[in-house]
Amino acid sequence: MTAMMNIQSSREKLRVADLHAYYGESHILHGIDLTLNQGELITLLGRNGSGRSTTLRAIMNMVDRRTGSIVVNGEETINMPSHRIAHLGMGFCPEERGIFASLNVEENLMLPPEVRSDGMSVEEIYDMFPNLAERRKSQGTRLSGGEQQMLAMARILRTGANILLLDEITEGLAPVIVQKLAEVLLQLKERGLTIILVEQNFRFAAPIADRHYLMEHGHIVEEIKADELEAKTELLNTYLGV
Amino acid sequence: MFDINLFALFGQLLIGLINGSFYALLALGLAIIFGLLKVINFSQGALYMLGAFGAWMGLNYLGISYWWALFLVPLAVGAIGILCERFLIRPIANEDHLYSLLLTFGVALVLQGLFTHWYGSSGLPYAIPDELKGGFRLPFMYLPTYRAWIIVVSLAVCLGTWLLIEKTKLGAYLRAGTENPQLMQAFGINVPLIVTLTYGFGVALAGFAGVLAAPVYSVSPEMGSNILIVVFAIVVIGGMGSIGGAIATGLGMGVVEGLTKYFYPEASNTVIFLVMVLVLLTKPAGLFGKEA
Repeated sequence: MTAMMNIQSSREKLRVADLHAYYGESHILHGIDLTLNQGELITLLGRNGSGRSTTLRAIMNMVDRRTGSIVVNGEETINMPSHRIAHLGMGFCPEERGIFASLNVEENLMLPPEVRSDGMSVEEIYDMFPNLAERRKSQGTRLSGGEQQMLAMARILRTGANILLLDEITEGLAPVIVQKLAEVLLQLKERGLTIILVEQNFRFAAPIADRHYLMEHGHIVEEIKADELEAKTELLNTYLGV
Repeated sequence: MFDINLFALFGQLLIGLINGSFYALLALGLAIIFGLLKVINFSQGALYMLGAFGAWMGLNYLGISYWWALFLVPLAVGAIGILCERFLIRPIANEDHLYSLLLTFGVALVLQGLFTHWYGSSGLPYAIPDELKGGFRLPFMYLPTYRAWIIVVSLAVCLGTWLLIEKTKLGAYLRAGTENPQLMQAFGINVPLIVTLTYGFGVALAGFAGVLAAPVYSVSPEMGSNILIVVFAIVVIGGMGSIGGAIATGLGMGVVEGLTKYFYPEASNTVIFLVMVLVLLTKPAGLFGKEA
């Protein structure tokens, strides 16, 4: 019995329980519960302002205040500063991409310290994103939107992070680049990475995700497994307004 | 007007370069601190004064030579800065930056007050080290060795600091931290530690300038507040937070001041402020600053 529980818990990469988050006086998240298992890709769906980005930022302790419990790889992080959480193997890709204007492409890529030993090598990254190799000496913010997004992804893959928090990575990008990102995500899944995706583009997320959490007003209102999607289309439409 | 006395002109140019060297060192420290902490460090002048007094006290109480002081005093001033950041500035880091400005102004007044109380305001002499006495006779002027040394060594320190910031990984942390410290911390970089070390380094530059200044200016409690006003004008002209801008403007304004002393001495004390007004009217972000 104990052995089985260990197996169960070692598959569990992230467990969030009763998470409340605040920006100043604003109470944004009202008791989020979610779990994420090794190798899974889950999405947070919802309208703008439903608290999906804040959930990611709260997991990284980038909000003003948070309460509840966030266990990463078996370790409670609710009182940890942001930089120590990263070293548990978390890689965060912010909605605004966060490319540093005063750094060139290569400096941006090399900026985050390695958090685990088995990250992708620079060669592997340049194979995956050839455009970045060509423009390695360009100023980071001179890249196109798509290239900046690739750089923001590449940056956390190099560190060896194995739990990725990706916020709106397809926003404002051309369909061909969105397609490329879907391929990249599938490759990352094959490598066994664990991913939370905040996504507006449901058609991008649906075929690659294992589970979906539907959010509204800072609550999780529904958990939907990939095989239940069809049955719950109507519910989704109601909440997403598509 | 065209009857130019080269001897006098070069003399003023030299003084301008020397003043400019100090401006550059102090402005550089201010720019680094402002970039990462967004704190306008009003205690920079007092820490420069502390550097000069550190050299004087080291020599007179402990027998520490100029050369050792040049190395040890900046470390000590940096350490004091680190304590200041950790225990005074950090607790109010999330408040309006006006509070930290007032705090550092208060620290400056306390330091200046203490040294006036202990040593009076008349100024203490500090001898030029034997190795740097004498000078070179050039075609148009006599160049004292110590003055050449000030220019060379402060340029070297400024250049070294610029290279450190622009070309190294540590510098990349500083540049990225200036843009988005929160994201940098989420990548696993210990930003609070970098903030503390940056503040320490920025004020250590002031301490270094203070040691360098001790043999040429008299060591007095007011020496910091006098120079700081000019240095603030320079930082405004160069653009707040611009590292290269602080260095170039510091030296440039020293030279402008020197030339004014030759051509129109009456304006030499105000020329930098005149430039500041012109820059603020035409390019409010400063010559090297980025428009917001």
